[in-house]
Amino acid sequence: MPRRTREHRRDSARSDPARSDSARRDPVRRDLRPARLSPRDVLHVGSGGLRSRPLRVVLSALGIAIGIATMVSVVGVSASSQEKLLRQLDRLGTNMLVASPGESMFAGEDVKLPKSAVGMVSRIEGVEEAGATGTVEATVRRNEKLPEEDSGGIAVQAASLELLRTVRGTIASGSWLNGANGRYPSVVLGHVAAQRLGVGKAGQQVWLGDRYFTVVGVLDPLPLAPELERSALVGWDAAERLLGFDGHPTSVYERSQDSSVSAVRSLLAPTIDPENPQDIKVTDPSAKLQARAATEGAFSSLLLGLGGIALLVGGVGVANTMIISVLERRYEIGLRRSLGAARGQIRIQFVTESLLLSGLGGAVGVALGAAATAVFAQVEGVPWVIPLWSVAGGFGATLVIGTLAGLYPAIRAARLSPTLALHAA
Amino acid sequence: MTRVVGLTGVTKEYAGGVMALREVDLSIEEGELVGIVGPSGSGKSTLLHIVGTLDRPTSGSVEIAGFDVAALSDRALSAVRARHVGFVFQAFHLVPGVSAQDNVAEGLLYSGLPRAVRRRRAAEALERVGLADRARHRPHELSGGQKQRVAIARAVVGDPGLLLADEPTGALDSASGESVMALLHELSAAGATIAVITHDTEVADQLPRRVRLRDGAVVDDTRGGPRTDTRTGIRTGIWTGA
Ligand SMILES: Nc1ncnc2c1ncn2[C@@H]1O[C@H](COP(=O)(O)OP(=O)(O)OP(=O)(O)O)[C@@H](O)[C@H]1O
Ligand SMILES: [Mg+2]
Repeated sequence: MPRRTREHRRDSARSDPARSDSARRDPVRRDLRPARLSPRDVLHVGSGGLRSRPLRVVLSALGIAIGIATMVSVVGVSASSQEKLLRQLDRLGTNMLVASPGESMFAGEDVKLPKSAVGMVSRIEGVEEAGATGTVEATVRRNEKLPEEDSGGIAVQAASLELLRTVRGTIASGSWLNGANGRYPSVVLGHVAAQRLGVGKAGQQVWLGDRYFTVVGVLDPLPLAPELERSALVGWDAAERLLGFDGHPTSVYERSQDSSVSAVRSLLAPTIDPENPQDIKVTDPSAKLQARAATEGAFSSLLLGLGGIALLVGGVGVANTMIISVLERRYEIGLRRSLGAARGQIRIQFVTESLLLSGLGGAVGVALGAAATAVFAQVEGVPWVIPLWSVAGGFGATLVIGTLAGLYPAIRAARLSPTLALHAA
Repeated sequence: MTRVVGLTGVTKEYAGGVMALREVDLSIEEGELVGIVGPSGSGKSTLLHIVGTLDRPTSGSVEIAGFDVAALSDRALSAVRARHVGFVFQAFHLVPGVSAQDNVAEGLLYSGLPRAVRRRRAAEALERVGLADRARHRPHELSGGQKQRVAIARAVVGDPGLLLADEPTGALDSASGESVMALLHELSAAGATIAVITHDTEVADQLPRRVRLRDGAVVDDTRGGPRTDTRTGIRTGIWTGA
């Protein structure tokens, strides 16, 4: 054992006269810089205080976790709802336009579309499909005994056969109008109309105009044409024959190639009414859906603010824990200084501890927020979406909070006099 | 001989006007084993802190391992402590819940050595203090004397030029205290330079040099003990006592 130490002394700097002489001549030697701690060592000293007090770690990270969880779930819930609409939009396409009579310049004058409107529209370059509806002056009721006013706000409309395909509608029950059943008193109900009339599935009868019609089909929801959801649709010919329909369409629906949507949009009105194109209103139903998707995407800033407050309170909790941690560990700080830790290394230790503490809260918060969103998505039947930016933002926030909360205690720790820290135990 | 510690006219005045040290001159040569004795409040700990660069004097010059302390920044002093000074405290200051070996390795944390080397040297240092078989034990599983030996291992693991001990036996029963002193004598015999504060006159009498403080001034500096053959005498005494 003694031999080992002697050996060491022989090759140590102190016993080398040349080196200790040069040290005397030049006291501020270049190599008197504290050695750097490796990242692993920084992590090690920074987590020491946490390892010895797990309960305190959990409690003080909780505030941060709640704040981050709130923010992530608020963003996640709105993003999930939005995603549902966007997927719907994707499926339904944004290439449908609807032409209908605008407000006439003379009050009370009824503007109608010409009977040939559908034919003209389908000849526009780029148009792939076109269908129409025409308003019929009739009411529909569950049965003849109910009073006429009791129509539940359901419109009766004549529908061309191409309409369903043009609006990308699907059948929930039964079938769509066709050439054969279109000549007999048969009707297809939008899903809202079916609900209001108490019709569960095709086959039932409803009182329409002055006779019973057979419900041959019920439609699925039509997000792009909500007006059809509240309609009872009868065949064009049947409407003319049985309900006194004049044959003039009131809405023309058309689908075009995606690339020609804007060209078609400008041609629609002049094609339908070359003399008074300003009387024709052209709308894009997907725009409404897009607007709704945008509002769904705009999360409640109130809830987000609440999360922010929780985060702030959590940050204060972490700062408090750090101050206590520094007070409790005066001896450890003194010891480390006596072992050669520079002030900066003491600072790093406590900032790391604070970062770990808030980072832990942040990680738990992100997990909780994601789980809450998953529950929401499951219950609401929407896709589960957690925007990456909200996770990154959450972690970024904890990083900032951890640094801020740890900086002051860390500076105090580094300023402690090493002797004071070691006085009396 | 090389001078490890050189204090000239060192005065330390604490806030409030307490003169803890007055015009102290002290020189410690390489390989010396020095006892610092004196009544409570006489400035022993203050002297040790200044020698160990944990504190700076109000006036006077301090030279440690060839460095003029006044010319060095706080950062540079940290590096001096990391490489040239080892401390042993009355209260051990071991990290609870961490094995003896890791506690000792902590003594090299600020040396810049890689972790594996630190752990290996820690094992060697534990062997040097006779605790190789306790490397995995945590502080609460060790006796007071063993804890202090772990603390000494931590202080010497970096082979510092100077080992400073402030009442290392103060918290120990006499048998444990003797084993700790025996260890310091052994390290000294192996060439270490050691300054040790002690209250115990019996312990002090066994040291080859004693510096006596009173009211912050050095009142006595004696080399050689009451026995003629100090070194062998001490060692026999300790071995029979332990
Ligand atoms: N940080 C301080 N601030 C003010 N006065 C201090 C401080 N530290 C020590 N003193 C005073 O300086 C004097 C010397 O103190 P020091 O701790 O060096 O004595 P000591 O010889 O080590 O005593 P003991 O044997 O009791 O440990 C005492 O009067 C003490 O009250
Ligand atoms: Mg003291």
